Amino acid sequence: MPKAFLGWPVLRQLTGRDTLGRGAAVRSPRTDATVARTETADSVARSVCPYCAVGCGQLVYVKDDEVVQIEGDPDSPVNRGRLCPKGSASKNLVTSPLRQTTVKYRAPYATDWVDLDLEIAMEMIADRVVKARNDTWQELDEKQRRVRRTLGIASLGGATLDNEENYLIKKLFTAMGAIQIENQARI
Amino acid sequence: MAEAHPVGFQWVMEAKARGAKVIHVDPRFTRTSALADTYVPIRAGSDIAFLGGIVNHVLSNELDFRDYVVAYTNAATIVSGDFRDTDDLDGLFSGFDPETRTYDPSSWQYAEEQEERSAAQADDSGDTETQRETAAGLQSESHGMQVQGNPPRDPSLQHPNCVYQILKRHYARYTPEMVARTCGVSEEQFLEVAQAWAENSRRDRTTALVYSVGWTQHSVGVQYIRTGAILQLLLGNMGRPGGGIMALRGHASIQGSTDIPTLFNLLPGYLPMPNAEEHQSLEQWIDAVRKPGSKGFWSNAGAYGVNLLKAYWGEAATPENDFCFDYLPKITGDHGTYRTVMDMIDGQVKGYFLLGQNPAVGSAHGRAQRLGMANLDWVVVRDLFEIESATFWKTSPEVATGEIVPEQCRTEVFLMPAASHTEKEGTFTQTQRMLQWREKALDPKGDCRSELWFFYHLGRMVRERYAGSTDERDRPLLDLAWDYPTHGGPGDGEWGEPDAEAVLKEINGYEVATGRPLSSFTEMRDDGSTLGGCWIYTGVFADGVNQAARRKPGAEQGYVAPEWGWAWPANRRMLYNRASADPEGRPWSERKAYVWWDEAAQEWTGHDVPDFEKTKPPTYLPAEDAEGVAAIAGADPFIMQGDGKGALFVPQGLIDGPMPTHYEPVESPFRNPFYAQQANPTRKDYVREDNPMNPSPPEEHSEVFPYVFTTSRLTEHHTAGGMSRYVARLAELQPEMFVEVSPELAAERGLENGGFATIVTLRSAIEARVLVTERLSPLRVDGRVIHQVWLPYHWGEGGLVTGDSANDLIGVSLDPNVLIQESKVGTCDVQPGRRPTGPALRELVADYLRRSQGTTGEGERP
Amino acid sequence: MTSLFNDNDLWGPLDPSADAGYGEDRPARKGFFTDTSICIGCKACEVACKEWNDVPADHFDMTATSYDNSHSLNANQWRHVAFVERPAGPAPVDLGMPGVAPTDAVSAGSTAGGAGSTAGGLLDNGADAAPDFRWLMSSDVCKHCTHAACLDVCPTGSLFRSEFGTVVVQDDICNGCGYCVPACPYGVISRREGPDGSRNVGIAQKCTLCYDRLDAGKTPACAQACPTQSIQFGDVEELRERADARVAQLHEAGVMDARLYGNDPDDGVGGAGAFFLLLDEPEVYGMPPDPVVTTKDLPQMFRRATTAAVVMFAGAALSFLGRRP
Repeated sequence: MPKAFLGWPVLRQLTGRDTLGRGAAVRSPRTDATVARTETADSVARSVCPYCAVGCGQLVYVKDDEVVQIEGDPDSPVNRGRLCPKGSASKNLVTSPLRQTTVKYRAPYATDWVDLDLEIAMEMIADRVVKARNDTWQELDEKQRRVRRTLGIASLGGATLDNEENYLIKKLFTAMGAIQIENQARI
Repeated sequence: MAEAHPVGFQWVMEAKARGAKVIHVDPRFTRTSALADTYVPIRAGSDIAFLGGIVNHVLSNELDFRDYVVAYTNAATIVSGDFRDTDDLDGLFSGFDPETRTYDPSSWQYAEEQEERSAAQADDSGDTETQRETAAGLQSESHGMQVQGNPPRDPSLQHPNCVYQILKRHYARYTPEMVARTCGVSEEQFLEVAQAWAENSRRDRTTALVYSVGWTQHSVGVQYIRTGAILQLLLGNMGRPGGGIMALRGHASIQGSTDIPTLFNLLPGYLPMPNAEEHQSLEQWIDAVRKPGSKGFWSNAGAYGVNLLKAYWGEAATPENDFCFDYLPKITGDHGTYRTVMDMIDGQVKGYFLLGQNPAVGSAHGRAQRLGMANLDWVVVRDLFEIESATFWKTSPEVATGEIVPEQCRTEVFLMPAASHTEKEGTFTQTQRMLQWREKALDPKGDCRSELWFFYHLGRMVRERYAGSTDERDRPLLDLAWDYPTHGGPGDGEWGEPDAEAVLKEINGYEVATGRPLSSFTEMRDDGSTLGGCWIYTGVFADGVNQAARRKPGAEQGYVAPEWGWAWPANRRMLYNRASADPEGRPWSERKAYVWWDEAAQEWTGHDVPDFEKTKPPTYLPAEDAEGVAAIAGADPFIMQGDGKGALFVPQGLIDGPMPTHYEPVESPFRNPFYAQQANPTRKDYVREDNPMNPSPPEEHSEVFPYVFTTSRLTEHHTAGGMSRYVARLAELQPEMFVEVSPELAAERGLENGGFATIVTLRSAIEARVLVTERLSPLRVDGRVIHQVWLPYHWGEGGLVTGDSANDLIGVSLDPNVLIQESKVGTCDVQPGRRPTGPALRELVADYLRRSQGTTGEGERP
Repeated sequence: MTSLFNDNDLWGPLDPSADAGYGEDRPARKGFFTDTSICIGCKACEVACKEWNDVPADHFDMTATSYDNSHSLNANQWRHVAFVERPAGPAPVDLGMPGVAPTDAVSAGSTAGGAGSTAGGLLDNGADAAPDFRWLMSSDVCKHCTHAACLDVCPTGSLFRSEFGTVVVQDDICNGCGYCVPACPYGVISRREGPDGSRNVGIAQKCTLCYDRLDAGKTPACAQACPTQSIQFGDVEELRERADARVAQLHEAGVMDARLYGNDPDDGVGGAGAFFLLLDEPEVYGMPPDPVVTTKDLPQMFRRATTAAVVMFAGAALSFLGRRP
């Protein structure tokens, strides 16, 4: 008899132990081939949750250059593999279709965005930083004290960033003379 | 804690399973309350009255841990006879100047050699107006007070001017009756908490105090935490396992961004940004930190400062040019985020970078935030999503009201897509000061880039534009040490990704000649032979190994888990842990053993890295004229404080007084039941027409805003929603802005569950769906019933789920020590139905202004 | 002819995976014990489930019923956290400590607390007048019944009993007939109606107890995430013992409202593979008080249909034979 017939669930049901066709007899090939995607990932990175400051360890599974799963790192003494709803939604966060992946630019008085090349945007921003610094440079304050600074450039943010990033941000702004550098710790 | 830090809450549940009693004090019944043994509803803004009542309970019943208090706190230290308390001056301490609304703290100083000291210490303290303007309190996150000489002590605690007696008198009026009257808590519930706290403390037991940083968002925020500190010191709960004060911070690396600050008044490692008045030379700046002649660990500040300058300016920084100290810009007052926003409205700021932050929704007084941004030349928004701060010019409520017209708004906006936490490597510092290195999982897509990439290349390009400049003012940029190695990643060639580990090595510090990473900040030299970007982080690259990347499984370590990540300083997991042993160096009890003196080995040992000089014996007594670290005795655990003692009374460093005192919130429906002084007299106000405050007693018309509101987070969302409203699986869990009201208030104002309500303050009016719930209950305060409403603050007009922003309701009035806004309590009106749209919204607010005659101009505020 | 059915095939205690033809080397039956006394209502289970199983987000409206915006268990909601705000049950023993939960949890070492109570409504500044109030939270899920009607009525064999004793939909078999939907006594399973673009639209969907993860030796996503381990995963036998001990501990601590739901092999579904510790009546959490497998009377019905079935089978076999070349 053809193989297809031998594999026919009803025959498996009648010839095997699963006489009611509830379990072993009705398994589909796909069910038999089930593999958790954590097992087939190309790599696993040891990461840390990006939301609150508890610092839960995360395991980030990547397959074919896509994040396929993020879950708690059982080794972490902080969270012991557990995550809250936000931590559990981390894959959704990093793979959200709403993420911006291109530069958007709104010109003065414009009513909509236009796309902008990343390197051009960087050039434009660098130009504006230099201009704002030059235009608002303050060597002495109103009491003739030496201040060497600009009050024309401000920044807000850092609590969601890495230490290394905050270090470079503060270092660069300080060298520019920009001092209105703030983050969530003031809020 | 269950609401905002659910995974941390597992440890509370574990403690509870082992017999701990969990007490939750909160204006509203939350998910934490649901799991607590006792829930105590309280009026928002009355925490000092409540905790002060417990201090009074402890002191009047002599329930303090006396051995600990005498040895480890300044309870025995005698204060100047000139000191006058709020009891004497009806809510003010001695030294108040009504003109500047600041204190001269010289009468708060310790007694001995008072004449001399008041000069020296008043100098230490500097001008308190300047201190307020520069958020000097934030430096005190690790700067203790400086103490010279040896102030007199009375270990019997009987001297009428010893700190213990002053404290006892100060809190004597914080009786259970007054707590009940002020906080709306029953005396029985208050006493239950007070007794539980006291009974579960001292030699064999410890109590932990956990707060989330809503505590900081008050006009007396620092003093809230101070009250907790006083209580924990009196009960012997500091520096001991199961004790302490734990701040649960709300962002993945907000601790890191305070340690390595993107803050106007700080440089890495809590070194102050120099100010133009006092710090025009390296020596002045260093001396301002180390205070020559003072005791404690800040005496090495010269090395920390020089290493930072050397890390910034590399070869250009030499002993001859004071290591380029002159390159540092100088601050001249308040340059905080709220001051800056006012300056934007006034047209003084040109450009603004927003880095993973959404002030259009997340900062107090949203309208001011957005009007400020609409008056800039340019904004660079770096974020994962198209957040409201990137679209203020077309979608903000002010577009609807006509206050922002896109065709007339000149602000250029660059929305730069950011890399996520999985797409870059680096360290976060979590809320217990622990650094954890994240491995990069994959490259970011498209134009998404890390901040490391953005700022490295921005710096490179700006430097290129100044190349060849002979203008002296451009030297700080041109001499900047900015040659970080790059490698592949999202960009190639000159657009490569900088090596985060190389940056971390610079932060750690190394020997300039050999490149050998430093293992401890004690290796830092002030001669330029070493450099390091953040002295408290030195050791994270000890032995050339990235210690933050350590991942020895928790199950294979003891409960302190010292081999997972790395904690500053020196991998200590608990600060001041010398206090876990008695003055002789023995554990206070076997149950609570943590760090102790090993007599045989002649060194400190235990479960953690001792927060003490390893071989300084408990019996060590400093010479009379000792300075710096050598002046800290073997039985003085609080080594960053000048006298090594925990400060029950703070003679220096606080703008608003040496002891916490109950003041009403800036907006309150009540007169201060304790004193004539209504609100914090030293708070930082911005008195402007665009920042009106609702009137409070004794001002008239406070009844126009009869209700108290408070705000906080929901488990399902994250702060201003930039990381949750754009994420479908979170957005669907709490899809709409809502307001929680009690059934009694719903009846009073005709609010229907599921319907809409409009909440009004003098800043704006917002609408929200109504959740009528018994989780809020009216309280009886000062003889009358008060309703409180609660608002989450996660929504704006962007994302998958939208709603009005609670921050639009909040005015800007700041704690004087750290310049953080009072956003956890205010007054409001609540009306049924939806708010008006378009220009009618502003008309509604204007009508309230007319009716309440709110404070908008110059004038005395209570 | 003798019945195809063995004793307890459809009623009473049974090892369901043995009954479904898995041999001696089959793994122990797996399940959930959800201890609602330590649930903090964070919904990590809902999110972790959706993330792992690619269950779509589909409801962006506020229900205004406490913090429950997930409605109910359905094809797009395989875990559902109920939030119940209600006055407390019978007055707790007066311990002389106003406002304490109905137990002296400290001395008893309990983690339950029976949900903190509030002495809210202190209009007279006295706890006596305060209506005690409780906020109950519970994460509901497919019960993976010992006698699973959904499986028994499934005409295609899509719903099957796994080697772990769990009940799982085989997406590649289901034809969307929907017979299973009314069969479930708990209203757990339904057909996925959308949203557009989602996978498996039109076919029956529900919790698989993360069949793929179990196969890899991992914990189901919800239990893995659960911050307080309110959701506990393990061998059903061991979980039942753990649940009994937990109830005893809570009773000892004075939480007399604690009771188990779905753990009894003699109940209407032969005991659930996913069972619960509740602090109130099941109806309070939206659970049926005494569910009974809807196929309990199937043998009688089956016997009547058997004759016809045999005839049909013979016909089918003949038609195959007739096609042989």
